[in-house]
Amino acid sequence: MMDKTVTSAQYEQNQGQNACVKAVIDGKTLLVPMDNDNTDYQAILEWVADGNTIEEAD
Amino acid sequence: MTKAAELAKMGEVLTNGQIGGRRNIVINGAMQVAQRSTSVTGIGASSGYFTLDRWYLEAGTTAGRLTMTQTADGPIGFANCMKLDCTTADTSIAAGELLVLQQHIEGQDVQAIGKGVTGAKQITLSFYVKANAAFTFNAEIQDQDNGRTNAKSFATTTDWVRHEITFEADADDGSSPFDDDNAKSLSVNFWLHGGSTFTSGTLASGWENTTNANRADGISSFYSSTDNNFFITGVQLEVGSVATPFEHRSYGEELQLCRRYFWAMVPVGEATGAAGDAGQYVMGSGYYLGTGQVELPLVFNQEMRAAPTLEVSSGTNHFVIEAAGGNDYFNTWAIFAAKKQSALLYGTSNVSGTAGQSGRVVASSTSSYVYWSAEL
Repeated sequence: MMDKTVTSAQYEQNQGQNACVKAVIDGKTLLVPMDNDNTDYQAILEWVADGNTIEEAD
Repeated sequence: MTKAAELAKMGEVLTNGQIGGRRNIVINGAMQVAQRSTSVTGIGASSGYFTLDRWYLEAGTTAGRLTMTQTADGPIGFANCMKLDCTTADTSIAAGELLVLQQHIEGQDVQAIGKGVTGAKQITLSFYVKANAAFTFNAEIQDQDNGRTNAKSFATTTDWVRHEITFEADADDGSSPFDDDNAKSLSVNFWLHGGSTFTSGTLASGWENTTNANRADGISSFYSSTDNNFFITGVQLEVGSVATPFEHRSYGEELQLCRRYFWAMVPVGEATGAAGDAGQYVMGSGYYLGTGQVELPLVFNQEMRAAPTLEVSSGTNHFVIEAAGGNDYFNTWAIFAAKKQSALLYGTSNVSGTAGQSGRVVASSTSSYVYWSAEL
């Protein structure tokens, strides 16, 4: 069964800390909190487990 | 039904406690709430939440496309339904294709079923459907925690028909209860299209460890013709063996239940005026943290299921802070310290003001939107 498709992910920083992950999921740009209960963040973690990397903030 | 049978049913309902308290486990079963949109075209390439709240459409690998709308139609007592209208047919069905209308439910909301332990209860799914022709589709209950499913077929006609399907209690081996948490435990699935991966087996007679080939055995294909449409409303899932009358809830109650999973804080198209104009969409009271950063602290009026994702528009003059120093338009927001109960929006794109100054923060473009999502 298909689920979410992550195509890119990058940390967003605020006050020197990673505040959230800016990710493109199913073609939409989303700001995803780093909460393990959040299904978008779960999709990002699966994407990372598949060998991808969340880019550092600009 | 005879009088004696009616009385027997009533006794059963009383015994099962179905009369007291809230009965319907499904949210937005009467298709009242559509925060995202009331109509979306071209659906089919990917899965998602498109129009009516809480209703997820799983779609995969098919060339078929559809339009989903909240439609002012329904059997007596229902003002709205969901309509699926096939706009691109797909008669060359690859093995992995599927189209499933779903509602996912948290484990902590289905503990009353007592699933997977001695004394587990039956559950009954009822719903009204109609279509442009006679089709056979499957309604399925899916235990997401333990990989078990139970599917039954139903038929459509061109008139509204209420289907009442009771699913067996799943005592299993005593080791497969639903997790008591905020994750996805139970899904209500309506199978409308499937390839051989899902249709090549035999529909099970009750609960089974999920075998994909059995799940959509015998179903018609919604994508068989662009003439096809499918209407559904009045979806109710309740503990017990009897389909009681649909539990109507007020729009306000249903909206609040939906907002645990999705909140359209600024719906697209609602901001119709710029700074100083009555058409602006007020978001709250904000301030400049520094000369180049606006902040807007938020406390959600409904605790969300998880710390939510922000989907926000980004464009010239989409947002503005009206402060003593003047109107300062900026482009978009990001989030910091997001929790189930609260979050901080901050904007740095094209911001220039006086640190410490406060002001009214508004959305100022018809293209502006701010959506929070904690869906399952």
